[in-house]
Amino acid sequence: MLKFVLRRSLVMLLTALCLTFIVFFMTNLAPNLEKLAKSEASARMSDDEVASWLEKNGFGQPLLVRYGEWLGVLPGWTVTENGETRGRCIASPASAADAPAFCGVLQGDWGTSTVFKDSVGSILSRSLGATAWLMLWVMIVMVPTSLLLGVLSGMREGSKLDRVLSTVAIASTATPEYVSGVILVVIFASATAGLSPLLFEWGLISSKTLFLGTATSAMDGITFWNFALPVLTIALYGIGYIARMTRASMTEVMVQQYIRTARLKGVSFRQVVIRHALRNALIAPFTVIMLQFPWLLNGVVIVETLFNYKGFGWTLVQAAGNNDIELLLGCSVVAVFVVLVTQLMSDIGYVFLNPRIRLA
Amino acid sequence: MSDLLTWTGAAGPVLNPLLLALVALLLLAWVLQFMLSLFASGDTAVVLADGTLAARRGPADLLGMAARWLLLGVLAVVLAYLVLGLVLPGKPAKGIIGAMSAQFWPVWLALIVTFAVSLRFKRKLGLYGKLFDSPVGMVGFGIVLFWIFTAIFADIIITHDPLAQLSGLKNKVPGTPVPGEDNSYYLLGGDSLARDVFSRMVMGARRVLAIAPAATAFAFMVGITLGLPAGYFGGRLDTFLSFIANLVLAFPVILLFYLLVTPEIRVTGIPIILAAALFIFPVIFFCVLWNSRYFTDPKKRNIYVGLTLVIGLWAYSGLAFNADPLGVWSMDPNLLNVFVSVVFVNAPTVFRIVRGIVLDLKARDYVAAGQTRGEGPWYIMLWEILPNARGPLIVDFCLRIGYTTILLGTLGFFGLGVSPESPDWGSTIDDGRRLLSVFPHPAIVPALALMSLVLGLNLLADGLREESLKD
Repeated sequence: MLKFVLRRSLVMLLTALCLTFIVFFMTNLAPNLEKLAKSEASARMSDDEVASWLEKNGFGQPLLVRYGEWLGVLPGWTVTENGETRGRCIASPASAADAPAFCGVLQGDWGTSTVFKDSVGSILSRSLGATAWLMLWVMIVMVPTSLLLGVLSGMREGSKLDRVLSTVAIASTATPEYVSGVILVVIFASATAGLSPLLFEWGLISSKTLFLGTATSAMDGITFWNFALPVLTIALYGIGYIARMTRASMTEVMVQQYIRTARLKGVSFRQVVIRHALRNALIAPFTVIMLQFPWLLNGVVIVETLFNYKGFGWTLVQAAGNNDIELLLGCSVVAVFVVLVTQLMSDIGYVFLNPRIRLA
Repeated sequence: MSDLLTWTGAAGPVLNPLLLALVALLLLAWVLQFMLSLFASGDTAVVLADGTLAARRGPADLLGMAARWLLLGVLAVVLAYLVLGLVLPGKPAKGIIGAMSAQFWPVWLALIVTFAVSLRFKRKLGLYGKLFDSPVGMVGFGIVLFWIFTAIFADIIITHDPLAQLSGLKNKVPGTPVPGEDNSYYLLGGDSLARDVFSRMVMGARRVLAIAPAATAFAFMVGITLGLPAGYFGGRLDTFLSFIANLVLAFPVILLFYLLVTPEIRVTGIPIILAAALFIFPVIFFCVLWNSRYFTDPKKRNIYVGLTLVIGLWAYSGLAFNADPLGVWSMDPNLLNVFVSVVFVNAPTVFRIVRGIVLDLKARDYVAAGQTRGEGPWYIMLWEILPNARGPLIVDFCLRIGYTTILLGTLGFFGLGVSPESPDWGSTIDDGRRLLSVFPHPAIVPALALMSLVLGLNLLADGLREESLKD
C-alpha cells in the first residue's frame, strides 16, 4: 500500500513538473512577452526597445533557467545598472543587499499580478476562499441528489421510475453550464421573462426578480437569493453524470447472489436496498465524484464568469484575458494541483473502499 | 406597418387552452403515478377457479393508461401547431411557431422520407435498422437528423442574412415585423446588433455540425492509431503513451483552451505543429489498415495504399500547412486553431477507451487463433480486434460529438471562437448573455438549440448502446 502511494506520488510530482513547465512555456511565448513589455513600459516601443526591456527584466535568459527561477530552484536574476541592483527577488534597490537568493513558488513567492497590482498569493487565497464556498454548496446539493437519483433508478432496473429518472439524468448531462445558467437566469432572474414578472404582478415578491441574476453580492454575504442559481447551475451538470454512474453500479449490485439470498430470507425490499446493496453500490460513485473535481473547475470558470462572482474561475479568465503571466501561472498551478490530488485521492480511496483490490 | 406576430397565430385561441389543460392533467397523472409507485403493492394477480392467474387492472394501470393517452394528446396538439403552420395562409395566421414550421419545410420532408424508408427496410440495415426498435434511440436520431437537415438546407430556411443588421430592430421581441418590407418578420426577434436571431440560429447549426463531427473523427483516428498498439504491445510504449495521455487529461480544459486558442499563438506556429502532428494520423491509420490486409497481394496493396497516400497527403498539405497546390483543401487559421485544440483535448480520452477495450479483447480466442496462424500484429489489431470493438466505439463517438459541441460552445462562450461575427451557438450565447435579464431571447434561442442537439446525441448513443448490447 505504502509503495503504491509512493509510486503514485512520484508520478504525480513528475506530472506536475511537466504540466507547470508546459504552462510556463505557453505563457512565456514571444508574443505574450512582447505584449507584456508594451503594457508595462510603453505601448509605442520599437522592436529593439522591447528586446532591451525584456533583457533588462530578466526575460532574456533561456526558458529553462527562467522556469527554474520561477520554481525557486535557481537563484533569481540580478542586473546592476548605474550602481543600482535590481532583480527578481529584490523588492526595492535599498534592500538589494539582504534580499534572498531564491524566490520562487517553492519559497512561497508567486510573483505579482500586473492586472490587479497585488501579489499573486494574496489574490489566489482570496479568490480560492470565494470559490470554496461555491464548491461547498455545490457538493452539498449535488452529491446527495445524484446518489438518491441513481439509487432510486438503479434499484429496479427497467421500471417506469428508472426510465423517467434516466431520461432526467441524460437531459442534465446534455445541458452544459452556460446553457443551464442562461435558462435558469431567464426563468428565475429576468425582469421581463419567466416567473418573476408573474410573481411580481401577483404581489408575491417585492423586488423585480425572484433570484438575483448576478452573484457579486455573495462576495459580502451569501444568501439563498444570490447564491442558489450559480450553485444549481454547476450542480445540474454533475448530477446527471454521477447519477448515471450510481445507477450502473446499483443495477450491477442488485443482481448479485447475496441480494437474492437476502430477499429470499424475507428481508423487505427497502431493507435490502439500504442495508445490503447501498454499501457496495457506492464504491464506484466515490471515484466518480472525486474525478468530477476537474469538471467542477470547468463549471466554476463558466459560472463565475456568467454570474460575475469574483472567485478562482473569474480570476483565471481575467488573468488569461489580460496577459497577466504570473497570475495565470499561479492559477494553473492551483488547477493542476487540484486535479492531481483528486486523482490520487480517488485511486487510494478506491483501494481502501474495495477490499477486492489488493495492491502489492 | 403590421402588428407583432403572436406565438400561435390563428390556431391559438382553440389550441392553447386545450394544450394547457392536457399538460396540467398529464402532470397530475405523473405525480399521482409517482406517489402510487412509492406506496402501492404490486400484487394485483387473482387466482381463478381453474388454478390459473389473471392480472387485475389496479388503479396504477388505469393511471398509466390515462397518462399515455394524455401524452399522445399533448403530442397531437404540438403536431397540430406545426401542421397548421404549414397549411394556414399568411404569417399573422400562422403565428411565430407556425411560421417557423413553414420555414423548416425541407427539413420535415427529408425527415419523413428518411424515417419512412428506414422503418420500411429496418430489418436489412444492421445496427442502424435496429436503432428503430428502441423508442429512445429513435427520438434521439430524429433530433440529430433534424439538426443535420437544418444544417444542409440552412440557405432555404433562413429568413434574413444572418450577418445583416437592419435598423430599428435592435433587441426587438420575437415576431417583430421588419419595417419597410411586407410579410417579413424577425421570427425570434433581433439581437443586440439588430440581426435576426432565427436565421443566426439556423446558420449556427451549419457551423457547429461542420466542425464537431469532423473534429471528433480526427480525435478517434488519433486515439485508435495510438491506443491499439499501446494496449496490444503494452510495455514501455504503453507506459510512455499513457503518461502523455494522462498529462493532457490532467489539464483543466478551460486552461488549455486559454493557452492554445489565442490570436497571439498563431504567430508562434504552435497550432501548425500540432496540426501537422495530429492530421497525419488518419493517413497512417489507413495505410497500415490496407497494408496489413493486402501485403500478400502487392498489386492490390499498392493501389489502395497509393490512393490513400495521394489523397491523404494532398488533404494533409492543405489542411495543416495551407499549402495545397490546387487550392481545394484549406482551413482558416482561426478555425484550424479551434479545430486542433478540440482534437487535442478529445484524443487522450479516446486513446484510453481504445486501450482499455484492447486489453480486454486481446485475451480472446480469436486473437490467439490469429497469432497461431501467423498473422502480423497490425492485422490482428486492425482486422480482428477493432471490428469487435466497434459497438462501444460507435456509442462513444455519438456521445463525443455531443461533448465536442459543448466544448465548441464553451470556446464561443469565452470569446475564443471562430470569429466574432460567427453565428455559432456558443458565440451567440456569449453575445446575448450581457443583456440576459432584460432581453432574454438572443441568448436563450441558441442555448435551447445546443441543448437539444446534445440531448439528441445522448439519446441516440443510449439507444445504440441498448441495441448493440442485445446481440
